[in-house]
Amino acid sequence: MIAIVDYGAGNLNSVKKAFDYLGAEVVLTDQPETVAAASKIVLPGVGHFSSLRALEATGLRKALIQNASAGKPFLGICLGMQWLFQGSEECRDVAGAALFPGKCQQFPSDVKSPHVGWNSLTVQNRSRLFRGVAQDSFVYYTHSFYAPVVTETAAASEYGLWFAGAVELGNIFGVQFHPEKSGDVGLAILKNFCEV
Amino acid sequence: MLTKRIIACLDMDGGRVVKGVRFKNLRDAGDPAECATAHARNGADEIVLLDITATSGNRRTLLDAVRGTARSLFVPFTVGGGIRRLEDAVAVFDAGADKIAINSAAVRDPALIGKIAGRFGSQAVVVAIDARKVAGGFEVFVAGGREPTGRDAIQWAREAAACGAGEILLTSMDRDGTQSGFDCGLVRAVAESVSIPVIASGGAGSARDFIEVFRDGRADAALAASIFHFGIENIAQLKRELHNASVPVRWPC
Repeated sequence: MIAIVDYGAGNLNSVKKAFDYLGAEVVLTDQPETVAAASKIVLPGVGHFSSLRALEATGLRKALIQNASAGKPFLGICLGMQWLFQGSEECRDVAGAALFPGKCQQFPSDVKSPHVGWNSLTVQNRSRLFRGVAQDSFVYYTHSFYAPVVTETAAASEYGLWFAGAVELGNIFGVQFHPEKSGDVGLAILKNFCEV
Repeated sequence: MLTKRIIACLDMDGGRVVKGVRFKNLRDAGDPAECATAHARNGADEIVLLDITATSGNRRTLLDAVRGTARSLFVPFTVGGGIRRLEDAVAVFDAGADKIAINSAAVRDPALIGKIAGRFGSQAVVVAIDARKVAGGFEVFVAGGREPTGRDAIQWAREAAACGAGEILLTSMDRDGTQSGFDCGLVRAVAESVSIPVIASGGAGSARDFIEVFRDGRADAALAASIFHFGIENIAQLKRELHNASVPVRWPC
């Protein structure tokens, strides 16, 4: 059972729908106990970094960090990936999980923001999340803040500068793009996560 | 590299996809779910579903169509038509839309943009603008192009962006359904005035029109309906031609 964490940020239906399509068993939950009982965790999210504050009040933050650190496969999508870093300039008083170093920042002013559309990925060959995904595959992004390229970057994209399209460290994965909206490439990435 | 998006638009009336010329003379073009998946398979980067005769009576029809279409569609899906209040938007998101498009309601109450963006994020709010050339500029029309507002399209696009819109869907009423090319002047004027992406709409007839609106119009995306539905321009073929003309597109996809 994959737990999709519902903390009131945006629309989780499309993430659930993609896993349903792949035949995975998923549950939407806002309960730390359900997260603890699940075999895998997905933290989705769109919108403002401040909405991650909801994780703190509910005890979800602690449950997510504990379970991810204990080796349970974890996938953060968009805002859910940004949360894996130390924080974001978008909302300085909400802390990220700090499982990856650095803070998310706004795109430079010489490019349009938000960064919306299909951009290509430069993929690290050793990545488990991108197994079988061709170099320069296109995925769908929509975001105004980006996470820095770090040692654990599994795939990078370029928009005014290079940023982390995906991160991967052991069982912990994050994608800035929306695999549930990235056609067959996105479904292949979610399938890889299901099979981790 | 970020690519230019090709968006297939489904204009829906009473649960069926239709297409007219200059917002009139509607022809049947099929079932929304079938049309959407066919376009996605063919390379469409996004799907927009617009309920063009939206009334409170057929909300259920729209929501059923959204639900049916969203089930097997794994590219971004925008829904518009008759969204007047936050609750209308919530129902459409719940049915499976990724973004909503608002037009008349946003002109009447610009605060609605911020309300929806506050709940679902700016990336989920597309402000649609129907504009017609008038002496000295472009005027915004509402109510499916029937009512002039006296407002300048470029000013309104700026205001919509400031209110929290994530994208502008800009339709030239003069070109809609004519297949005589996008209004590159209009598109460029708006694209250079706002820092959010602009989707050009109205007038697509050939690959050359798309190349022009991306190069001269500075559009981030281009939307078309009739030329895709009736097989005049195949999306896969269109993308191949754009790629050959060095316009960055998701190809192969």
